[in-house]
Order: sequence, then C-alpha cells, then structure tokens
Amino acid sequence: MSLLLNEIGNGIFLGAFFGLVALGYSMVYGILRLINFAHGDFYMVAAFVSYTILGAVAVGNSHGQWLTVLWVGVVVMVITGGLAMLANQLVYRPMRRAAILSLMIAAIGLSQVLENGVLVTPQWGATYLVFPVTTPPSGFNLGSNHYTWAQLIIVLVSGLLALGVYFLVGRTLLGKAMRAVSEDRIAAVLMGINVDLVIAIVFFIGGALAGAAAVMTGVYYGQINYLMGFTVGLEAFTAAVLGGIGNIGGAVLGGLILGIVQSIGTGIFGAEWAIVVAFGALVLMLWFRPTGLLGERVARRM
Amino acid sequence: MRALELDAVSVYYGAVRGVEDVTMHVDEGEIVALLGANGAGKSTLLKSISGIIHPRQGTISYFGDVLAKQSAHRRVARGLVHVPEGRRIFTTLTIAENLELGAYGTQRSRTERAERLNEVLDLFPLLRQHFQRLAGTLSGGEQQVLAIGRAMMSNPKILMIDEPSLGLDPQKVDIVYDMLEEVSKLGTTVLLVEQNVSLALEIASRAYVLQQGSVVLSGPSSSLENDPRLSDAYLGKSTDVED
Repeated sequence: MSLLLNEIGNGIFLGAFFGLVALGYSMVYGILRLINFAHGDFYMVAAFVSYTILGAVAVGNSHGQWLTVLWVGVVVMVITGGLAMLANQLVYRPMRRAAILSLMIAAIGLSQVLENGVLVTPQWGATYLVFPVTTPPSGFNLGSNHYTWAQLIIVLVSGLLALGVYFLVGRTLLGKAMRAVSEDRIAAVLMGINVDLVIAIVFFIGGALAGAAAVMTGVYYGQINYLMGFTVGLEAFTAAVLGGIGNIGGAVLGGLILGIVQSIGTGIFGAEWAIVVAFGALVLMLWFRPTGLLGERVARRM
Repeated sequence: MRALELDAVSVYYGAVRGVEDVTMHVDEGEIVALLGANGAGKSTLLKSISGIIHPRQGTISYFGDVLAKQSAHRRVARGLVHVPEGRRIFTTLTIAENLELGAYGTQRSRTERAERLNEVLDLFPLLRQHFQRLAGTLSGGEQQVLAIGRAMMSNPKILMIDEPSLGLDPQKVDIVYDMLEEVSKLGTTVLLVEQNVSLALEIASRAYVLQQGSVVLSGPSSSLENDPRLSDAYLGKSTDVED
C-alpha cells in the first residue's frame, strides 16, 4: 500500500512536467487544430538556453541558488515564448490557408531544424551536458518515501502556472477571445478580435510553459540532450490526448494521470517500459473514450 | 452623409465571379435592403464590406474614407459591424461571454463594457433571462436575438445583417425585425440582406436587387414592391425578357 502511495507521489511529480508541456500542445491545438510536433523541441531549446545562462551567472557548481534559478527561469520563459511566437510567424502563419496535414509536416520539419540547430551549435552539440546548478537532496519523508524540497517546489510552481493559464483562459477577456477564435475564426474577426495576435499570444504562452518545464527538468535531473524534446513531446502529447486535447483542465489532468500510470507501470515492469506504458494508456483511452477524459463537447445548433 | 459607398466593386473567388461592378450607397440613418436569390452575391458583397474578403476591383468608402485593404477587425473597431449568415454565435461560450466579446474591438475598459452591457440588456430584455447559459443551448430565434445584441455591444455606426429571418418561424421573425427597427431608431444605419422580399421592403426605405452578381434593379421600397422585374430576378429570368 505504501509502495503504491510512493508511486503516486512520484507520478504527481512526473505529471507536473507532462502537464506543463501538454498545456502548450493543447492550447495550440485548440486554436489552430494543429498538433505542433515542434513543441517538444521548444522545451529542448529552452533547456540548452538555460544551461548557457546558468553557466554564465551561477556561482560555482553549488546546490540551490534558488533566486538565480528563479530569475533565469523567468528569462528562459520569455525567450522560449518568443521562440514559439517566431516559429508561428515564420512557419505556421504563412500557411494559415493550407491543409492541416501540410502544417503538421511543417511542424515535423521545424522540429528537425531545431534539433539539428542545437546539434551544430558550438558549446551545445550531441553529448549529454551536465547542468551547472542542481537541486539539493534535502527534503522530507512522507510514508516510507523521501521527497526533496525541490520536488515539492516543482509541483507547486507547475500548479501555479497551470492555475494562471486556467484563470487567463476562463476569466479574462483575452481568454474569451482565445475560445472565440478556437470555435469560429471568422466570427471572432467580426467581433473586432485581432485573430493573428491572439494566435501569437497562444504560441507565446505555450512556449513559456515549456520553457519553465525545461529549466526545472535541467536543475532537477541535472543533464540535457538535444533529443530530449522528442520523448517529452510524445509524452506530453499523450497527456494532452488523455485529458482531452484542446481542454486546459484536461491537459493538466492528463499529465497527472499519465505521470501516475507511468510511475506505477515502471514500478511493476521496470523503467525501460516507461514509454510503452504511456502509449498503452493512450491506446486504451482512445479505445474507450476517443475524446479524452474532458474532451470537447460539441454543441452546435441551428 | 454617405455612410457607405461602393464604386464599381468586383469580387472573385479565384476565377469564379462573386459580384461584378456593383455601385451602391447607404446614407446615414437609413435601412437599405440587399435583395436577390440564392447565390446572387449578397453575402459576398457584405463580406467584402466587412473586410473578410477583398475586392479585386473598385472601392468601398466608409463615411468618406476608402477602406482599401484595412483588416476586418479594424473595421469593427471603427463601427462597421457585420452579423454573418447563420448567426455564428459562440456556442461553447455563455450568453454573457458572447455579449462581452461583442464589445471587444471598441469598449476597452471593463467598466465601459459593463455599462454597454446594461444598455444592450435594457434594449433586448430577452437576453437577460438566460444570461449564464451556454449560447449553444438557445433556440434558433434566441440565437439570432443574441447575434444582434452582440453586434450592438460595440455601438456600431453601421449594422450589416445577413438573412436574419432564415430558418425562423414567423413569430420569431417578427421579434427579430422589431429589434432591427429598434436598432435603426437609435441612429444605427442598417444594411439588410434578405431573401424574404416583402419582409425586407416593409422596413427598408430603399433596396438594391442583385442577380448573378450584378445590381439589376434599385430604388425606393414603395416603387419596388409592385415591380414585376423584382420577381423575375428571383425566378432567375433575365430582366430584359419581355413577358
């Protein structure tokens, strides 16, 4: 029983990362009906950017340095948000009238460009890089399991960011405009909404969340690689579909459920089965409930 | 004052002609109807005025300014508002949210939007009843009322409305047309697209009749009512054929 609780605890921690990256997937899907396969690579680029910035500003290889990590995190969020916006502007916006399949192929191409761009960048490259700052092992015991303060902080920060997005989309005028664009772009224009600007903001937010996840991954796991976006991208995409893609709450819920399922699954089958468990869960979900847990309800009436 | 003036406007969808060489105008405060059969180009003309599509030739002026390629959302901010065919309310948003978005382009502050909301709700009390319901759960007639209320949120100078009676029973049509008269009384200029000729001519002072993308007939409603060429336009006959 306590073993199960441990796995759930680990799963929630893992799910916080999935949820943050899944939010970006889900928001972009919601507004463009595009599965942005390059989203995982925004996360990867963010990890490298934070590696470089932290390397320049951190004092020695010490634990903690919370304040430094915090402000670097904010800077990286802005940079990654800007990168996502730029990608939208250069790649997706000129293709707005193209078939969605063409956009997806463009997304795969963009993903390749980002991965190989990092590969050929001096100081970055193909090897695993060790992060200049890592989190300390101190923490607290819950049941028989030891959790670090860093894990708690990461879950809390993820939760706060997700709540912020939930509030933004649910309550603010900008959020209502996002939902309007998602449902009917022409009708949204006729309200006076600058649709291109709203789409750009959605990309920015998705990128910024991936940036936050990347900084936390870097300081927690301690190493990064130019292919790290691929796996996380697939897992986050799975989380978004599990929860119901296009749905904000669904992305977070899907992330948590995927985290817990993967954590329990690897506890039983071993760590090398992590991806198999994740996609197994996805297949089961698509089998029984193709719209995901909180999938879009379509209520249209003439 | 000319609220809207179209000079030799032609719109194409690729090689397909939408409207050809249309010249017309709407004066401030008027209700003008745009009549014609299915596919005559009425909706295309409205879309080119609101900026969703751009004409290939000709100019569209709004209170004397040529609109050229100004984007659609900027036109809304200037008071040129279009209620599209099929109403296109946001079904997954509540009525309150739909109305709030109606003021997106014009009322910048929260208090301005709240004030405007109260004015619109006083104008159309029907909307107050279901305020927090999802708009998708409304009946067709209620959705049309919402679409007009939403458009009025921006306090438009010109309201263009496409087929407001489509799919509604006669009782609901009366409600919607009463609303349009109300809107007009407040000083908003109305450009009405309608297939139902007698209905439109009842409230419009003037009308233009489109056939296959061109204006074939225009004039005051009273003189159009009994014009045999009007029904010809609907039956698809060429107007120069003597009967």
